[in-house]
Amino acid sequence: MNNEIGTLLTLAGYFALLSLFAIGGANAALPEMHRLAVEVMHWMSDREFADMYAIAQVTPGPNVIVVTLIGYHVAGLPGALVATLAMCGPTCICAFFIGHVWDRFKDAPSRTAIQAALVPISIGLIGASAAVIARAAAQSWLAAAVTVVTALVTFTVRVNPLWIFAGAALLGLGGWI
Amino acid sequence: MSESTQIPLQPSRIAPRPLELFIAFSLISVSGFGGVLYWSRRMMVDERKWMTAEEFNEAYALCNFLPGPNIVNFSVVFGRQAGGTVGALVALLGLLGPPFLLVTLLGLLYTYYGDIAALQRVLAGVAAAAAGLTISTGLKMAGPLFRQRPGLAHVVAIAAFVAVGILRWPIYWVLGVLIPCGIASAWWMRR
Repeated sequence: MNNEIGTLLTLAGYFALLSLFAIGGANAALPEMHRLAVEVMHWMSDREFADMYAIAQVTPGPNVIVVTLIGYHVAGLPGALVATLAMCGPTCICAFFIGHVWDRFKDAPSRTAIQAALVPISIGLIGASAAVIARAAAQSWLAAAVTVVTALVTFTVRVNPLWIFAGAALLGLGGWI
Repeated sequence: MSESTQIPLQPSRIAPRPLELFIAFSLISVSGFGGVLYWSRRMMVDERKWMTAEEFNEAYALCNFLPGPNIVNFSVVFGRQAGGTVGALVALLGLLGPPFLLVTLLGLLYTYYGDIAALQRVLAGVAAAAAGLTISTGLKMAGPLFRQRPGLAHVVAIAAFVAVGILRWPIYWVLGVLIPCGIASAWWMRR
């Protein structure tokens, strides 16, 4: 019992802190989630982490729901609730209050400077997320090939990613991956 | 960020009621696969006409500026503008409620059936594709940076990528250094 509460507190504290470092959205925080869940706490394997990311990607809704899945995996329904609230709570409170003063702040030089600094960081972090997820998902050479082909196709052609997910799922089901 | 033109703040064309807010954000949420920006613009600006395109861009700039899940921030900012505290809560619930239930159900199924070999193979395929999609998202985001003259922004982006993605350093230390340095240099370059 105490152990469960301890786990929930870990989830709450961890995701609440992480949410403030998620510059550029929830996906920017993936490397840190992977570090905690796989490497530090050993809550799941590399493959399970890649699975959760895949499930979150094919579920409609904001990217942040990968946090819900991690929470569920670690501590069931309470874990899912706690992780989701912790990841959304602090920034929602920021949004609630800053939204009010934004009109005065938006043309201030300090805002321009902060944003100019944050944009490249968010780009670097998304790149880092891609590297971490690609490594976790590369269970075989063919899986790595699917990753590369998906990246090339979705980068160059305007296509609904659901079709690619469906194709990759079939390739997997057929035992090629 | 490009220069933001001064738009006089207009009242929203039609003020949504709480139930309408909840439904709108639920719809945005369930129609958006792999990101909901496109759907939120379509709902807010084109369909419901609750915001002009300029108002949407302003609100979105704010949500990009804030840390955390962008679209979640957006629901709070817009919900508050439309209906105060109740509006913010209702929009947030609409956005997060349906996917929360759906993904929890999937998590439950994964717990029970995740060891089935066929499902593992399917997920291996989808995970590989999802990783590819993330790579292309990253490349698209980096597009404007590639077109710029090499400068400090490139150093910061590459440093964040290498430190967090390759060396696997904790994000807190990395950002604790990069954010102050980035802001200081952006402030200095401005003059």
